Amino acid sequence: MTPFTQHTGIVATLNRSNVDTDQIIPKQFLKSIKRTGYGPNAFFDWRYGADGSPDPDFELNHPRFKGRSILVARNNFGCGSSREHAVWALAQDGYAVIIAPWKAAGGTRLPAYADIFRSNAMKNGLLLIELAEEEVNVIFALVERYEGLEATVDLPEQKIIFLAPEHVIYGFDIEASDKAQLIGGLDDIDLTLQYESEIGRFEQQHDPFLSPPE
Amino acid sequence: MGHTLFEKIWSRHVVHELPDGSVLLYIDRHLVHEVTSPQAFEGMRLSGRNIRRPELTFSTMDHNVATTEDRLDIKDPISKAQVDALEENCNDFGVSLFGLGDPHQGIVHVIGPEMGITLPGLTIVCGDSHTSTHGAFGALAFGIGTSEVEHVLVTQTLKQHEPGTYKVEFTGRLSPHVFSKDMVLKLIGTIGTAGGAGHVFEYCGEAVRSLSMEARMSMCNMSIEGGARAGMIAPDDTTIQYITGIDRPYAPTGAALDRAIAYWRSLPTDEDAEFDRTISIDAASLVPQVTWGTNPGMVIDIDQPVPGPDAGGIYSRTDVENALEYIGLTPGTRMTDVPVDVVFIGSCTNSRIEDLRQAAAVMEGRKKADHVELLVVPGSDQVRRQAEAEGLDRIFKAAGGEWRYAGCSMCLGMNPDQLRPQQRCASTSNRNFEGRQGKGGRTHLVSPEMAAAAAVAGKFVDIRKWLDR
Ligand code: SF4
Repeated sequence: MTPFTQHTGIVATLNRSNVDTDQIIPKQFLKSIKRTGYGPNAFFDWRYGADGSPDPDFELNHPRFKGRSILVARNNFGCGSSREHAVWALAQDGYAVIIAPWKAAGGTRLPAYADIFRSNAMKNGLLLIELAEEEVNVIFALVERYEGLEATVDLPEQKIIFLAPEHVIYGFDIEASDKAQLIGGLDDIDLTLQYESEIGRFEQQHDPFLSPPE
Repeated sequence: MGHTLFEKIWSRHVVHELPDGSVLLYIDRHLVHEVTSPQAFEGMRLSGRNIRRPELTFSTMDHNVATTEDRLDIKDPISKAQVDALEENCNDFGVSLFGLGDPHQGIVHVIGPEMGITLPGLTIVCGDSHTSTHGAFGALAFGIGTSEVEHVLVTQTLKQHEPGTYKVEFTGRLSPHVFSKDMVLKLIGTIGTAGGAGHVFEYCGEAVRSLSMEARMSMCNMSIEGGARAGMIAPDDTTIQYITGIDRPYAPTGAALDRAIAYWRSLPTDEDAEFDRTISIDAASLVPQVTWGTNPGMVIDIDQPVPGPDAGGIYSRTDVENALEYIGLTPGTRMTDVPVDVVFIGSCTNSRIEDLRQAAAVMEGRKKADHVELLVVPGSDQVRRQAEAEGLDRIFKAAGGEWRYAGCSMCLGMNPDQLRPQQRCASTSNRNFEGRQGKGGRTHLVSPEMAAAAAVAGKFVDIRKWLDR
């Protein structure tokens, strides 16, 4: 995995909540046995018209978002299917960072990202940033106001700086271990294999009726 | 303080506590299908790593396969490459495969329980979000991504943060023609599709206790649609009867079974255990549910009108407007006035024998409406054979429907079974996302009885009134 420290890029907005992974990468592209080649098919059903050309009505097709690498969306991004292909598609389509808001609902806090998507993103070095809804609203307004708006994401400092005259800066939270793993570009399996002897010991005492009969 | 079902299983599977507060969790069973696994096997090859416990991984082909008579001869070369890759991977790494043509082939979440691979108290994962289904047995079962599939293959563990616990209680008893599908849809409609995120549901209460294993699986299956990673139901006599009632090749027998049962009996949540969150729903007042929008939380009672953008609730104005535009409905419409083009009875939510019996009971002696296409797809080859032995296939065929071989089929349309743009479908599956069943297709989630009745009536009906006409 490529280490992630800082990233600067153009910010694009997608004003939808509950964007599911079927939408991020539709089923017909899941037949591949490769890890690559998904980028041009990200958001396929929204992105292309019936004749296969880019649909001008789809927000992310707007010329002002050309070259974008930071995606801002609404709550519960990446829900639905567990397909890691969704993360591969986003990363290969040039997104390095996603920003979405958590949401308060009936006294509870609904996270910005669905659980499986979050873990898939981590494994591929795609940084997910969770902000408050007001903050995301401000970003939507900034993007609307300034064509080609750029932002710099500083992972060690846990800050995102919007390069607008207003100079908006937001801090964000991230698990310390996730941060270390992203910055170090560490491989999950290698990390776990450090505990191989613990796994072996566990297996010896793990109750045999939990295993299938020989 | 006592422990919940979840906590009991979790603590028993912690291999190691990691410095950041997460744990390495041991995985007892790993299920694999053709779509989310090839890159994981490839990853093992590229890094020169090997599979740790091949006997704990089981695989089948379900997503991509055709469900027609000629299914063994896969015409789409890309689908074929994926199916072939699974076969080669299973061969190379020594993993059991229930492939096309095998009497145990079927949807991964149907065959696990059927064969006794799924058992109470286990940790079970699969590169598939509906792995939550297996929680019906009182197992901790959840979906993972492909990188995690590789992680499990190599280490038989996963790095996990402990999720929160969420008690979902259904009090009272269900009325006739209301099912566990309606219960779980009501739950999702209430809390929203992110409502359970970061948590594991534990379903309990009188209405849950009285459900069959099939009905419990339908309920746990849709936990992920409420955002929860997993959903569980404590094992009881119904569970044990299901496992031991007939031969299940991977279930324990003899002394091992006695020990296993003693363990299973110890799993239910202690009286004084506490949950992070709770919700209680009156099951006795539930009526059949139907989704009107583009996620499973956009759901109403069959006798309610389609909401408008100002309805308030868990979805924003934009969400509702987008959904209504896609689904082609106007606010205030009664769902019982909405015609359907296609009826799909199948998927890991509702393709088990009991689901097919319910649909067949509604269809018996009736015909589908002329304009409706009816597709009935059993969840596994074993379900297919049993349904045929009971004559259910003949009922569906006599009604004018198509009776198919096992697979995911029109649940996600990776095979040729797809909706055409703007076709409206009453579906027993679990996702009504845009394009899920085919680009531009419009999906409405319902129970098997409601789907069968829609096929006959040619439109949605309130099954309670329609049957008593
Ligand atoms: S039936 Fe549908 S939801 Fe279930 S595993 Fe297959 S594609 Fe997924």
